[in-house]
Amino acid sequence: MIDLDKVAHDYGGGALLSDITLRLEPGSFHFLTGPSGAGKTTFLKLCYAELVPTAGTVRLFGRDLREMRRDDVANTRRRIGVVHQDCQFLDHLTIAENVALPLAVSDRDPGAQADNLSELLDWVGLSAQARARPPELSGGERQRAALARAVMMDPEIVLADEPTGNVDWEMSLRLLQLLVELNRMGKSIVIATHDLNLIRAAKAQIAARVLRIKDRHLQLAGADL
Amino acid sequence: MRLLSLLRVIVMGERNASRVVPPTGFTVGLTLFSAAAMAFLAVFALALSLATGRLADRWADALARTATVRISAPPGQMQAQTDAVMAVLATTPGIADARVLDEAEQRALLAPWLGPDVPVGDLPLPQLIEITEDAQGYDPENLRLRLSAEAPGAVLDDHTRWRRPLVRAADRLRLLGVVSIALIGLTTAAMITLSANAALAANARVIRVLRLVGARDSYIARAFVRRFTGRAFQGAAAGTFLGMAGVALLPEADSAGSFLTGLGFQGAGWLWPLLIPPLAAIVAFWATRAAAFRTLRGVT
Repeated sequence: MIDLDKVAHDYGGGALLSDITLRLEPGSFHFLTGPSGAGKTTFLKLCYAELVPTAGTVRLFGRDLREMRRDDVANTRRRIGVVHQDCQFLDHLTIAENVALPLAVSDRDPGAQADNLSELLDWVGLSAQARARPPELSGGERQRAALARAVMMDPEIVLADEPTGNVDWEMSLRLLQLLVELNRMGKSIVIATHDLNLIRAAKAQIAARVLRIKDRHLQLAGADL
Repeated sequence: MRLLSLLRVIVMGERNASRVVPPTGFTVGLTLFSAAAMAFLAVFALALSLATGRLADRWADALARTATVRISAPPGQMQAQTDAVMAVLATTPGIADARVLDEAEQRALLAPWLGPDVPVGDLPLPQLIEITEDAQGYDPENLRLRLSAEAPGAVLDDHTRWRRPLVRAADRLRLLGVVSIALIGLTTAAMITLSANAALAANARVIRVLRLVGARDSYIARAFVRRFTGRAFQGAAAGTFLGMAGVALLPEADSAGSFLTGLGFQGAGWLWPLLIPPLAAIVAFWATRAAAFRTLRGVT
């Protein structure tokens, strides 16, 4: 699904990630942890083709990222749902329009999946806020809307970057529950977080692998979690 | 496909684009205003070009269809050579009429230089014969040869010396009009490109989000192209209407003096300005498309 082989990346001021090798299998559940600035967001950006590695190979659904044309990248991103830490909403659109945005920009028939939108909003508990603008929502509501948008195109994998970073514990558990539900539907999940309590709560429910970025390298976290 | 796309853009305006790209007031206003102003100027440049074209044709036509034979001979031979020239002209194919200018006409020709009361008969002036050619025209070289054989003092002046600079001047004026229209088109493209670049820069975050959710470059570019093409068409339509009204309100040719004679559109010429709005839309379509794809190349 997503393969990283000896991947390295730097922004011009020294390597941030080095010698990263990982295969994300269908239906897997991964946590990616590490201190702030360790490279978690960079790792995710490599996985959804916002960055190209400075060394090594990233394969998305079997295709080398470097060999993809821009339209191929766009098509691939429709197969990857991403929940950004800052949600990345368009504030002039309603929540319903933001959630439906991946569908609006795709070639798919909007009418065919119109029901999906109301189901998704219902699933994340935002039916009542469908016509609200993003700034009118709380942090937790925005994260849930971002999750709904991430799965709008029925992606095979969902990448979440600090999805619980700006919400309280109760909302964190609710978001985690939604992500676990998605995993049980067969989707691969990768959550970048530094919230160890969230990881423990997840491990109580599912078999999740916990990876840690330390000193630019990716490690399998031990029993300390 | 491109034409259909353009038509759809013009007809539908920004209805779809506004769904994802927020309106940015000043760029929209700038595009409307610049398209209107440029279309207004284009109407006048077009009117000038068409008028000078007509002028060039008229001068060329009027001068090309007349010629003069000038006979310089001693007084004793003048009448004989005049008769000989008239005989030659009468048998020359392509000449509709040949007429000896009388004393009064010669005096009128000299009046601007020598005054109205000059006794022309006392001056050793050449005799002038005015030739009007028919639609078929005559062969000037052949006529010159025959005149030199029959009347050694006769010289044919087919007005080439006069006609060429006049026609060249009128053609230059027409060319200036065409160049002005081209410059107006390029300026319109430049201004719309600047507006589009400003809109693209103002919406950098929107573009990034659209790319992140899987939008192709063509989709994002289309959102901007729709908006600017529609605005350029609307602005150019308004400018063209005002320009045509301005041309229509120009003083009548008869009362406006010779220089302005015929400036404006005549008959089917009024249809030409109607091409300006669609042309402005085409210019905006390509200018915005190029600007959008240039910007998108910098977004992952």
